[in-house]
Parts: sequence; structure tokens; C-alpha cells
Amino acid sequence: MDPLRTLWETFFDWESMREALPDMLTVGLPNTLILAVTAALLGSALGILLAVAGISRTRWLRWPARVYTDVFRGLPAAATILLIGVGLAPLGMQVWGPNPYPLGILALSLIASAYIGEIFRSGIQSVEATQLEAARALGFSWGEAMRMVIIPQGIRRILPAWVNQLIALIKDSSLVYFLGLLASQRELFRIGQDYAANTGNQSALLLAGLFYLALTVPLTHVVNWIDRRLRHGRPATGPAGDDPDDLDLALPGAAGGNQR
Amino acid sequence: MSTSVSLSLRDVHLAFGRNQVLRGVDLDVARGATACVIGPSGSGKSTLLRTVNRLLEPDRGDVLLDGRSVLGDDPDALRQRVGMVFQQFNLFPHMSVLRNITLALRRIRKLGEDEAVAVARTHLDRVGLAAKADARPAHLSGGQQQRVAIARALAMQPQVMLFDEATSALDPELVKGVLAVLADLSAQGMTMVVVTHEMGFAREVADQVAFMDAGVVLEAGEPGAVFEAARHPRLRRFLSQVL
Repeated sequence: MDPLRTLWETFFDWESMREALPDMLTVGLPNTLILAVTAALLGSALGILLAVAGISRTRWLRWPARVYTDVFRGLPAAATILLIGVGLAPLGMQVWGPNPYPLGILALSLIASAYIGEIFRSGIQSVEATQLEAARALGFSWGEAMRMVIIPQGIRRILPAWVNQLIALIKDSSLVYFLGLLASQRELFRIGQDYAANTGNQSALLLAGLFYLALTVPLTHVVNWIDRRLRHGRPATGPAGDDPDDLDLALPGAAGGNQR
Repeated sequence: MSTSVSLSLRDVHLAFGRNQVLRGVDLDVARGATACVIGPSGSGKSTLLRTVNRLLEPDRGDVLLDGRSVLGDDPDALRQRVGMVFQQFNLFPHMSVLRNITLALRRIRKLGEDEAVAVARTHLDRVGLAAKADARPAHLSGGQQQRVAIARALAMQPQVMLFDEATSALDPELVKGVLAVLADLSAQGMTMVVVTHEMGFAREVADQVAFMDAGVVLEAGEPGAVFEAARHPRLRRFLSQVL
């Protein structure tokens, strides 16, 4: 048999793809997005706390934040997802019943928060110390100064790195399949894998891959676009309003790719 | 303008680790008076200013406003009474000029939006920048940024103003405008401590000039006495280098 033809049929069997497409669109894509976006939001909320703890003057906040970050960045994502998904399953059983989905989100969030916390911390620390001093000199408390002056500036600078993290989460959400999801909870990868296993043909998995690329490649371009705008400022358009996306700031190497 | 108050520093000491930066500073600024602090780099001038509003806490000694120690006060409340202007302006770059001023008015002085904007515009007008209210700090010259920073501090109705080398980061042609604002403020009776390298300004505007070296005030007095009849050899040497 012609090897090229075999290869072609293994990966580009349109019939297999067409068969998998409805499930990909109606089940896989929404689930992947729910997993990634929810984990990004929870991970960011927790990440902010970690970042603030990480730069705190009390070691009782700094050290736990450090240990947390080291552990969750140091473990393979698959190990964390299994440990949390299986280890906390009895606890989850009592809270939301036999459903591994929330635990998957939790595990992804915990992993993401370790990375996002570091991103936020570097962003906050990149804001000149004199900004904090100026805010304190006006009479703002430390917390107010952080919230209104330092963090808003820091966040703008780390937007590209944050979007990179979202890309990583979209990919890592595929690992939740370990936890044994219900048919309606399957994400893109799992659906592709199921079809591939049933038919012995990899085309559905390739289709899943294309879905991931359709999500991640535009996001990488969003990162580049934000990065460019941060570096060069946006063209002057007359008096600037208070719109939050007026990103005319210098940038300390914010597009630090995903290091996982 | 709110009523200004007198300021006194008594035997103020401060060390960073083993580095003794202030070694017993005494300074009295009468209500409505302007004191200029001069001296070489590293003599502790900027550090001294920061002990007045307690951005740095003195290790020893006392800071008094209107004859009353402020070291037991809430630092945030104290800083509303003591305005400060920095060498690098330190405007908040992510906010418009107007919002740089209204932020503290709203959050700290608890003014409503309309009132805060009105107060901010009044102070911008006072420093000649009413037209720049909607601009971002990055679109202003250094001199303009510094005048906004002064307006931002004044809008809080401080009783004392501190200026930390407010013109040192400016191009020469921009210095004049900022010094004019300071002279105007001094004439209006604001109690001011001005750390500066502008000897002409100190001579013309100050009621008192204090020369600092190695963490102490070596000599202080009226500008005429300090500039024309310096007693301390260290001060005479300093003046011969800068004048």
C-alpha cells in the first residue's frame, strides 16, 4: 500500500472529521473555553493575592506565597490535576456530587495562579518605587496606593504575559480528561481522542488540534499587538480620556512566553 | 488656602542600617516662612524632608507642627497636612492630569466628583495649566508636569509644603516657571521647606537658609547672613563651588 496514501488517510480523513465536528463545536469548544476562562479568572484572583503576599514586608505572607508558587510551578500539570482531581474527589463528592469538572477547574486555577502570581508580582515591582512614595505622600494608605496607583500600572505592563498564560491554560485544559468526564463535559482533546479510539483514525484528533490552533494563534497575535502598543504607545489622538486601554507606557519585557 | 503652621525639627536622627544619615537635625520654620535647605549631595537633605511627613520614621528626635509632636499621629492623616513635591514629579502616568489631582480629593478629602473637579481646575489654573486638564502626564514637558505635581499637592490644602529638589530634573529653560510658582506660594504665606540647588532662588525667596552637611545643619540663618557672611569653613567651601 502506498505509505503516503496511508498517512493521508490516517490524518486527513474528511469523513471522520465531519463526524466529529458537531461534538467538537457544541460540546468540546464550549467546555474548553469554560475550563480555560474560568481557571484564568480564578487563577488571576488568587494570583493577585499571591503577588501582594509575595512582596509583603511580613515574612509570614511572603514565605507561604513563595512555597506555593514553587510547588505549583514545579509540579507537572498532569500530576497536579490528578492529585487534586482524585485526592479531593471525596470532598468534592460532598459539595457538588460525583462531578470531576469543578475539581478540574480548581486544579487548573491553582496551577495558573502560581504562574499568574509571578507575572503580577513582576508587574507590580516594575512600577517605580517613587510612585508608591508619591501616593503615600498624598495621604493614601499602603493598600489604597497599591489598588489605585501601583496595581493598575503594573497590570498594563503584564497584559501580554497574562494573555500568554491564557494560551497555556487553553492547552492545559486538555489534561482534565484524566479525571473521567461525562460525555457532555468533554473538551476538544477528549472528543478528538474518543473518535480516534473508536475509528482507529487520527483525523478527529487532528481536527481537535486545529481547533486549539484557531484559539491560540489569534491570541498570540493579540499578545504581539498589545506588546507593540505598549512599546511604542498608541498614536496621539488629541487629548486622551480616561479610557482604561490607553496604554502609552514603557514596557519592561512583558512578552515573556509561557515557561511551562 | 488653609492656614499654614510652624514646623520644628528637634534632634532628628535616622540611620539606614549602619549608615547614619541624620545625626541630630534641628530646624525651626515659622508659620508662613520659607526655609531653603542647601548642601552637598548625600548630606541628608531629602532624607530630612521625608521625616517631616514620616515617609521615613526618625529613630530619635521629634517633629512638631504648630508646636505639637506629630510622631504619635496617624501618618496618613499627617500627610494630608504636609504636601510634598518630588524631583521626578511622580505624576500617575495612567491618569489624566485632572484625575491625578481629583483622585486624592475624592478618596481622601471625600469631595464629590463635581467639587473635586472644580477644586482641581482652580489649582491647575493657579499654576497656569488649566488647558492641560485632559492631557496625560507623558504629553507634558517636565516643567508642566512639576507644576501639575504642585497643584496636586496644594489641592489637598496642606499646612506645610515640602519641595525635594523640585527643579533638579528640569531643563534650564523650564526651571523659571516652577520657581515662579514656588515664589508665589511663599509670598502667599505657605510654610515651606525647599531643598534646592538654586542658590539664586534661596537668596531671593527664603526667609531662612539652612546648610546641611553629613547629617546635621551646620549653619542656618537669613539668606544674607548665610551667603555673604558664612562662618563655617565647610559652608564657605560649598558656596565657593556653587556660586
